Formats: sequence, structure tokens, C-alpha cells
Amino acid sequence: MIQQNKVSLKRTIGILCIFAFSLFLIGIRTGVSALDFSGIFRVIIGQASRKEHFVLMSLRLPRLIITFLAGAALSVSGAILKTLIKNDLADPGILGINAGAGVGVAAFYLFVDITSGQFAFILPLVAFAGGLLTAFIIYFISHDPFYGIHTRKLIFAGIGASMALSGLMVILLTSSHRIKVEFISRWLSGNVWGTDWPFILALLPWLILLVPYTIKQSKTMDIMLLAESTSISLGVDIKKSRFRLLIVAVALASAAVSVVGNIGFIGLIAPHIAKKIVGQNHRRYLVTSFMIGGNLLLIADIIGHNIIQRTSVPAGIVVALIGAPYFIWLLLKE
Amino acid sequence: MVVKRLSLKTMIIISLVLLGIFFFVALTHGAADVQISDVFSLIINGESNTKAGMILREIRIPREVGAILIGIGLATAGAMIQGLTKNPLADPGLLGLSAGARTSLTIALIAFPGAGYLGLIISGIIGAFIGALLVFGIIMAKKGKIDPFRTVLAGAAISAFLHGITQGLSLYFRISKEVAMWTSGGLIGITWPQVRFVSYFILPCFIIALLFSKQLTILSMEEAVAKSLGQNIPLMQKLFFGLIVVMTGASVALAGNIAFLGLLIPHVVRSFVGHEYQRVLPISGLLGGVFMLIADTIARTINAPYETSIAAIISFIGLPFFLGIIYKGRWKQI
Repeated sequence: MIQQNKVSLKRTIGILCIFAFSLFLIGIRTGVSALDFSGIFRVIIGQASRKEHFVLMSLRLPRLIITFLAGAALSVSGAILKTLIKNDLADPGILGINAGAGVGVAAFYLFVDITSGQFAFILPLVAFAGGLLTAFIIYFISHDPFYGIHTRKLIFAGIGASMALSGLMVILLTSSHRIKVEFISRWLSGNVWGTDWPFILALLPWLILLVPYTIKQSKTMDIMLLAESTSISLGVDIKKSRFRLLIVAVALASAAVSVVGNIGFIGLIAPHIAKKIVGQNHRRYLVTSFMIGGNLLLIADIIGHNIIQRTSVPAGIVVALIGAPYFIWLLLKE
Repeated sequence: MVVKRLSLKTMIIISLVLLGIFFFVALTHGAADVQISDVFSLIINGESNTKAGMILREIRIPREVGAILIGIGLATAGAMIQGLTKNPLADPGLLGLSAGARTSLTIALIAFPGAGYLGLIISGIIGAFIGALLVFGIIMAKKGKIDPFRTVLAGAAISAFLHGITQGLSLYFRISKEVAMWTSGGLIGITWPQVRFVSYFILPCFIIALLFSKQLTILSMEEAVAKSLGQNIPLMQKLFFGLIVVMTGASVALAGNIAFLGLLIPHVVRSFVGHEYQRVLPISGLLGGVFMLIADTIARTINAPYETSIAAIISFIGLPFFLGIIYKGRWKQI
């Protein structure tokens, strides 16, 4: 079997965990108001100064955690979408889901006055509504009752929708106050926003519910990659599970977008690398995608924070600048 | 159908009449009160010193003339790009030209804050050229038949890449609001000198395009057919490529990023006049102007005295249309 040639799952995950851990340390150590190792150690044993404690627990740690979680969510979403439409170029960004979720959040942000931290929990829901609406429209457009989903139509529709919706966000932007504009345009370009614990608490339930569910569905997803007739004969109700998985993918992407902004290409690159390492088997594929997605977004965020002295570049821009060439490379190679 | 039997002359006359009517409608509708009699007195007397006359002469007429120019530029560019790439879904916005122009405008705004209007137009054209070169370079890099699907994907990736650069630059140099003003597609504050400069670029291109429209028809056929008809294919491709770049760049410099227009207008026109570019190009140009006039009138009146972004209005009309084209699946080859 092919899988025997691949690296073992445990070892892969182990390496990726170590990798993530080192990225956390780098993230804490670098940038403005960094904390060195002794500082981290002092916080852990509870003998740190108030400032050190604040930097680690209120600034750095929540940010790193949310970056990792969002990257992981986007990546799993991308992995699901790739299987659903049997195309390696699928990604929540390309399909317009991110943009839809972004419009939801931008509209919410502009029309609802948000001064308290309460809104953190509503954001993923608003984003989910926007993302789901977009996904349904695109699905409806590209769906043929006779042949099923037409992949190319789906991707075309997604690209168009994401273009138009980005336009809509620009309008929402220009109709707003200057402070809000700066803020939203940062957020939209994928500036990791949720630096507070509430944002983590808002995002975490989605991941805790949806990621295990997805991994539980990995057998079904394995079968989905086979011919339709085979899967029906194996007793899998393809239509129903496809529908459910689509909703899961939208939910994961929207939840991530609602806290970190419109970050594309993670859902494209991370699962692709994962497949290269562990192969097609979905249990391995999904778990590895989760880890790689988190790691990648952490790297992008750290780069964005340290590449320019005066200001920070939003992670979404870093990802796009790396992701777009990767996408083109995929396109040329295919 | 009866409509198809209409001669080109009749079609052009109808389009010109429509253009005249909507020009008039655009002049008489808006935040400030302008009567039809004001328009007439301005035309008859040549000058008018009333308040309405001033508004007409200094604000509304240049603005609407600008709208017509942009409509001509984008619709003709869209029609040409569709013929040139033999891709029914081609559009200056989808193929990276608009994104390139935007990036280059941003760079120009940063590097030469006092750049004159001519400078901005030229930088827009250079940007459109670079964007187009990148996208076409990627498509050409792959040997074999040009695939419309790949073309659009490459355009999306390049657009995302250039968009990342634009956003990064505008955040770094803190000019996001200025850039947003350009890219949200405003016709606000267009003055006579601007209109004049843009017309120097767009009108000659439009005339050249009309003169060579027969060659475009031949180019849009199979390559073997084109060759057997004695067509100098590389030369003509270069000519049309140049026209597309100049028209798109100048339009983006005047009004920012207006998506879908170049896709929508030629499609509607084709359903009336067929596929010969001798007919498609002139009618697309004129109806593009009509469409822009309508969209701009809506933009100015829907939420008066505030302006709604015209790009948003066109996106809103354009997206359902775009999705409709895909849904109908007029092109089984995609």
C-alpha cells in the first residue's frame, strides 16, 4: 500500500507539535515588548513582575493561541472542501466563503455599536450567516440535479462572488468613520484582531465541536473520493454527508474569519502540504492539516510582526504574498 | 429574431439616442436641483451664470462625460479581451489588469504625492500592463491550448497577490483612505482637465479598435482559420493587447476599480448583434457609456445627498449576471 511509504502519523504530529511550540516561543521572544526565556520562566513559576505577566498572559499568549486556532480551522475547512469537490485548488477564500463571512462581520460592526467585549461571541455567528448564504448561492449556481456539482462552475462562481463581496466591503468601509475604516481595513486584510481571551473563547467551541466531528467523518470522506456509484453501493448517503460537511467547512472558515479577518490561501496550502506528507487517508490528512494550518498562520503572523520596524504587516497580507505564488505554482504543475 | 436583422447603422443610432437620453437624465437628477430648462439654456446660450448652470458646467457635465468615457473604455476592453483570449468569462478585473493598475496607482501616490493627473493615468496603464503580463505569462508558460478556467484562476491569484501588495503599502504609508477613495470607484470630483486627459487615451484607442474590429473577429476564430485568412496573428494580438491595457489603465485611473462591466456589456450586446466584432465593439462601447450613466445616476440619487459607490452598484448588478452566465452553463467547455 502507498500509505506504508508515508511517514507515521504519530511522528508527524509530534514534529508539528514541537514546531508549534518553538513558534510560540519565537512569537513571545520577538517583536515590540518581547519577553525573553527567563521572563517566561518567571511567569510560569509565578514570580514575574506585573508587566511581564501582562505581556505574556494578556498580549502574547492569547494572540498566538488564536492565530494557531484560526489557521487550523481554515486549513481543516480547506481540506474538507478539497474532498467535497475533488479539486486541490478549492479553498474557502477562492470559493467566496471568507468574503461572505467578512461582509457579515463588517456590516455587523458598522451597524451595531460594539463597546463591550460581549460581541466576541456573536461575531462567529454573524460571520457564519454571511458565509453560509454565500456558500448556498454558489452551490445552487453550480449544482446540476443530473450531474451533481460542476467543479469548474463552482470555482468560477466563487471567484466572482468573492470579487463582488470584496467590493461590497469597500463600500461598507467608505461609508464609515475614519477610525473604523483604518480598523476594519486592517482586520479585513487579515490582521489578527482577537488578542483577548474572549475571542479565544468565542472561537474554541466551534473547533471543539466541528473538528472531532470532521475527523469522525473521515471514513465517509475516504469513500467520497471514490466514484459516486461505488460509494452508494457501500451504503454511504453521499448527498447528506456532503451537505453536512459543506456546512461544517463553512462554519470553520467563518468562525476563523470572524476573529482574524479575511485570510485566504491557508486553506489551500496547508492541506496540500499535509497530503504530500501523509497521503490521502482522511484521518491522517485532516489531523495533519489542522496542525500545519496552525503552524503556517503562526509563521505568517511572526513574519508580519517583525519584517518592518515601524508597523506590523497583517498576517493575511503575508499569507497572500506567499500563497498566491504557491497557488500559481500548483496551477502550472497540475 | 427580429432584433438581429437590424442593421449596424440602426443599432448605432439607437445606442446614440439612448446615450443622449440618459446623458440628459443624468444631468437633471442629483442632489442639487437642476431643471431641464437650465440644461437647454446652457446649450443654447453657450454659457450660464446661474447656480444651476455652474453646477452643470463645472460638476455634472464633466462627471457624466467621464462616466461615458469609462463605460466605453471598460466595455470595449472587455469585449476585446474576450475575443483575444477566446474566453467568454474574461474581464479586465478578472484577469489582473485592474489589480495591477491599482497597485501601481498606490505606488504612484506614495512615491510622487504631488503627481499630476497625467502621471497617475500613465502609472495606471503601466500597472495594467504588468498585471496582464503576469497573468498571460503564467498562462503561456504552460504549453498547449489556453484553458479559460486556468486563465481565470491565474487572474484571481495574481489579483490576490497584487491586492496584498496594495494593502500592505497603503497600511505602511497610512494612505488607506486615499487608496480606498480611488479603488471604490468614485466619479466624485472629476474635473474637465481630468476628463480631457483620459479622453486622449480612451477615444483614440476606441477608434483604432473599431478600425481593426474585423481583425479581432478573425482572431477570435480558430487559429488555423485565422492563419488561412492571411492574418498576421502575433502583430494583431500585440495591437489588441496594447489597446486593452491602455483603456483599462486609463479607466481605473479615472474611476478606480469597477468590476464586471467589461464582462456584462459585451455579453448583453452579443445576444443582440451576434459574434462579429465589427458589430460587438461599437455597440458595446456605446452601451457601456449608457450603462455607466445609469449606474452613476443611481449612485447619486439613491441616498442623496450622499453618494453610494458606483462600483458597488455595478457589482450588485454584475454579480447575479455573472452567476447567471455560469448557471446557464452556456459554455459546456468550461
